[in-house]
Amino acid sequence: MSGIPSRLLWLLGALLAFLLVAPALLGKYGLSVLILVLYFAYVGQAWNIMMGFAGQLSLGHALYAGLGGYIAAGLFFHYGLGPWAGVFVAVAAASLAGAIVGYLGFRFSLAGVYFALLTIAFGEFTRIAFDHWNWAGGSGGLFLKVDGTASLLNLRGGPVLFYYAILALAVGALVLSRILLESRLGRYWLAIREDAEAAQAVGVPVLRCKMIAVVISAALTSLAGVWNAFYYNNLFPETAFAMGRSIEITLAPIIGGLGTLFGPFVGAVVLTGLGEIFTDAGEYLGIPGIKQIFYGLALLVIVMYRPAGVWPWLAGRMGIK
Amino acid sequence: MGLSGHERIPPNSQPVNLSQDFLLSLAQAVTKGLLTGMVYGLMALGLSVIFGVMRVVNFAHGELMVVGMYLAWAAFEYLQVSPLLSLPVIAVLFFGLGYVLQRGLIQPFIGRPEHQQFLLLLGVALVLVNACLAIVGPDSRGIQLEAQFDSYELGPLVFDAVRLHAAVAAVVIAALLWLFFTRTRTGKAIRAAADNHMGALVVGLDVRRLYAVTFGVGAACVGAAGALMITIIPVTPFLAAEYTLLAFVIVIVGGLGSMTGALMGGLLIGVSEAVAGLLVDPSLKSMFSFGLLIAVLLLRPQGLFGPKTSP
Repeated sequence: MSGIPSRLLWLLGALLAFLLVAPALLGKYGLSVLILVLYFAYVGQAWNIMMGFAGQLSLGHALYAGLGGYIAAGLFFHYGLGPWAGVFVAVAAASLAGAIVGYLGFRFSLAGVYFALLTIAFGEFTRIAFDHWNWAGGSGGLFLKVDGTASLLNLRGGPVLFYYAILALAVGALVLSRILLESRLGRYWLAIREDAEAAQAVGVPVLRCKMIAVVISAALTSLAGVWNAFYYNNLFPETAFAMGRSIEITLAPIIGGLGTLFGPFVGAVVLTGLGEIFTDAGEYLGIPGIKQIFYGLALLVIVMYRPAGVWPWLAGRMGIK
Repeated sequence: MGLSGHERIPPNSQPVNLSQDFLLSLAQAVTKGLLTGMVYGLMALGLSVIFGVMRVVNFAHGELMVVGMYLAWAAFEYLQVSPLLSLPVIAVLFFGLGYVLQRGLIQPFIGRPEHQQFLLLLGVALVLVNACLAIVGPDSRGIQLEAQFDSYELGPLVFDAVRLHAAVAAVVIAALLWLFFTRTRTGKAIRAAADNHMGALVVGLDVRRLYAVTFGVGAACVGAAGALMITIIPVTPFLAAEYTLLAFVIVIVGGLGSMTGALMGGLLIGVSEAVAGLLVDPSLKSMFSFGLLIAVLLLRPQGLFGPKTSP
């Protein structure tokens, strides 16, 4: 754990201790909010590897989450194959999808907005395909049976089970991100993010490094999709593959601080917190859409005044640098 | 909209005539697609102009379109003004809105990383579309024009009057825009700034003002397109994201930053949607558009009608 300021270590330790005992302290509502925070922190961490580290803007990450969820849920629904086995198929399929999108984009040297549009196009294409695919339930959706029996083997259970599952994923992704960032591969990614041509010139295997980034990112995102499918017990192409879902995934790391280790978590806390406050405000005022107006305004204010994200600023204020 | 040729086929027509009937209904669908495609083209033109000049992708484009549709609807509903008459007013309002948006919000983000521009315009989009939702509600709003059931006939082809008017208006506006960019001093200056930002600064052009005018012009295009689109289909807030995507597809397929490209892309997507609606499941129509988008991005990223330089 060298290189981490001791003040940050203490903070992390306290936070982890709180998160571990949180189900005993918080009520049903508090736990559901915390689950949302950890979900967005986790998918944000996964997306951050591709965009924050390697500099490749994906606005189609719902593709990987949707594929993961649909495959694990479909295998369970049709063949009774439990998610602990299905998850391997799900991750393999999402990694393959990521490899295809990445290879096509990088091979044909699409960058920036053009690459982002390619990722959107693949997401939307898949959404419409799933709308018409009967195995996956078509546009009517896929529903997992909820019979109330808790079974760790089939990932059936209450919110506490899913809380610890997403907590484990979030902590795992954070540790993985830190290891990756400190590795040679991580250095290569940063070099590519800053200047791909210069990196190529000094011998960085640019295409291979970008491919590894997109595959790791897609694989991690698909795990969130599997978790999502078994937590909510239903899947619809209109939501699982929606562009809105992809955009949601990008918000926490951008707001928190792109390319930083703790940005996704901080962003998830800020955004989920604001979302809950605005939901209450919207219900109090009784006007449809008011929540999203506040949310949009909050995004505007944050990106105008903290364009590099909340975490770098917060870390500076707390004396962690 | 019961004027598609498809419904005109008598149920017991002769097998010999079937192929003729099929060809006729195909031609009818293509006609309908071309007319709608002109309005799509005008919408996409706005996006293309903004990107071509200041390299900012307007992620709030569909939201602006929907606001334009609501304004034209409100003018018709409450003031009994036909959309073709409220269109100039809406275009002027949108010019002002675009000008102010650019000056107040977007200007500092020119040249910043794409994800920051994206987040900024996403915020604008959320505010715009949900303001519509808050004011008008989620129900779909359409208008019934007197010309709703009129049509023009050209040989065996039937032109839906409302669509034809909208298409003609879109062509006129696109022509005006072309005149603006090729004949006026400001238009030429904008093109100069787009071609060479530094050069424009060196010769003393007020690039900030030109950018604000450009965003105003782009917004006016999409506002006008909205006023025309409301005569063809009713509006809901949920159309906004769909239109943003549609505008992206059109400009990429046509060629981002190219005026002709945006219009031709609009026609192509309009026709492909109408024909897909006739031949296969209508819900599959956008799958074709996205397939086309992927193919164009990979094989001809400058677009089908774009200049021969890489993006």
